[in-house]
Amino acid sequence: MVLAHDTFRRRASKDMKRNWPLYLMVLPVVIFYILFCYKPMVGIIIAFKDYKPNLGIWGSPWTSQYGLYHFISFFDSIFFARVCINTIMISLYSLVFGFPAPIILALLMNELRSQKFKRVVQTITYFPHFVSTVVICGMVRQFCLSDGLFNEIGSWFGAQPQSLLQVPEYFRAIYTATGVWQGVGWSSIIYLAAIAGVDSGLHEAAALDGAGRFRRIWHITLPGIKPTIVILLIMQIGGMMSVGYEKIILLYNESIYETADVISTFVYRRGLLEFNWSFSTAVNLFNSVLNFILVFTANAISRKVTETSLF
Amino acid sequence: MVERKTIGERAFNLFNVLFLILLSIIMLYPMLYEVFVSLSEPLALFSHRGLMFAPQGFSSYAYEWVLQNNEVWTGYKNTIFVIVVGLVVNISLTSLGAYFLTRNNVMWHKPIMIMILITMYFSGGMVPFFLTVKDLGLYDSLFALIFPTAISTYNMILLRSYFSSIPESLVESVFIDGGGHFTILFKIFIPLSLPAMAVMVLYYGVGHWNTYFNALIFIKSKEKFTLQLVLRKMLIEGSNLDVDQQTAEYEQVVESIKAAMVVVSTVPILCIYPFLQKYFVGGIMIGSLKE
Repeated sequence: MVLAHDTFRRRASKDMKRNWPLYLMVLPVVIFYILFCYKPMVGIIIAFKDYKPNLGIWGSPWTSQYGLYHFISFFDSIFFARVCINTIMISLYSLVFGFPAPIILALLMNELRSQKFKRVVQTITYFPHFVSTVVICGMVRQFCLSDGLFNEIGSWFGAQPQSLLQVPEYFRAIYTATGVWQGVGWSSIIYLAAIAGVDSGLHEAAALDGAGRFRRIWHITLPGIKPTIVILLIMQIGGMMSVGYEKIILLYNESIYETADVISTFVYRRGLLEFNWSFSTAVNLFNSVLNFILVFTANAISRKVTETSLF
Repeated sequence: MVERKTIGERAFNLFNVLFLILLSIIMLYPMLYEVFVSLSEPLALFSHRGLMFAPQGFSSYAYEWVLQNNEVWTGYKNTIFVIVVGLVVNISLTSLGAYFLTRNNVMWHKPIMIMILITMYFSGGMVPFFLTVKDLGLYDSLFALIFPTAISTYNMILLRSYFSSIPESLVESVFIDGGGHFTILFKIFIPLSLPAMAVMVLYYGVGHWNTYFNALIFIKSKEKFTLQLVLRKMLIEGSNLDVDQQTAEYEQVVESIKAAMVVVSTVPILCIYPFLQKYFVGGIMIGSLKE
């Protein structure tokens, strides 16, 4: 039948005739995505090639070992274990200390009787979120100097003054602590919103039954915000392998690479500072694949166990 | 509601209030410390030990140095350019995209939606992104800080969920009156979504203000440095602090100049921040609304 055969074409042209102003509106958006999201995705191909700027992406030769040369040389290098372990360790620190902190803060703020005091605390704790990364890191570097604020405080407990950002053992603690300092207030907003959505009738009923503050938090508030907690936990676990470079490249130096160098900073150094374009892209691609697997696994597990999931 | 006031409850309340006061002090103190250092006399700073609860002596030298520094002003100028032009681009593209995503009865709705959502999970990575932007001729141009980050998919989805709450009957009434999609977007959707638009301005604006990484990799000439790049050079690398190195308290002078830089670059945010608070809280609420 002729009709069935060109249905799609007909529908498309009819749709275009009727909705062209709408498509005109979305055109710049589509162009944006093609230029700045899809074109770089095509560029991943250089991970399998030996990219030379003068030959371009397509003209550059494929690498040996079926195009996997850069992957293999990364897996064989001493850096592979180092950057992976550092990434996981920093993520674990952030998970253990950074994840519960905003939940606890939200619960404590929620127990305040005075709304005015609560607002003041909120305003103050949100503030560090708005201080730029460069300024935060500048401050951290100043405080870590051997005559800086942290050493002053350390000296009360008998610690010897030393330049803290030169000591590999301290880096993870400094990174995590300043991260919590900056993010705890801001991250608590979403939990406060979730807490506000918990049915207050339940609290009253429990109070009448003689349940104290802690029991009400434990049996009513926490179960009430569980879906929020689970969703954010999935997102955090999904992001375990993607520790950002923004803060680290402002804080680290060669003497603490052994604990501070993560996958993303390694990608940055190799790619944009040392111009190993292809190698860096290969490491980056390995990282993306890992991230992708993590997000989906965390999501699948959560769907099974708690019936809450991202997608 | 009758509150039982046992000793345990009272103790908890007291502990809670004290803890949150302590926490607030910890949140504020680093910034206050910078203020004190920036106003201190270098010599007094040199002999000072322990915490600081007021400037040591008083000197406005650090601020004079910062305010007379051309690089700081150039940085401010470039950052303001990026924020203003960037916001215009961000807001226009994000609204157009978000509007399209609410029109789900057209044929290409789903393919375009999928194309957009994929980018939340896949990206080309740092080097391909850099090469793409460079190939487009944006290297060493302030527009490298504007076009490649014109849309944040997350923000666009946020705006879309706000747009979706606008009743469809309003859209139909415009069509009946002979208006088109542009009329609907500019005369109905945007005016009815001012709180959400404020959130967009805030999120994108703060993003532009804070960005340093893209500037670091794309901007090379000094006269195009944004404020964050200037800050990075001074605070992190400690370079171009043109101070007389012969003096004994040289290090303290540098410290107070750095502190003054921190203060000068944070004050604008500090000033507008309390007024914006209700909007960014609102923004997170929109985000958590989407089922």
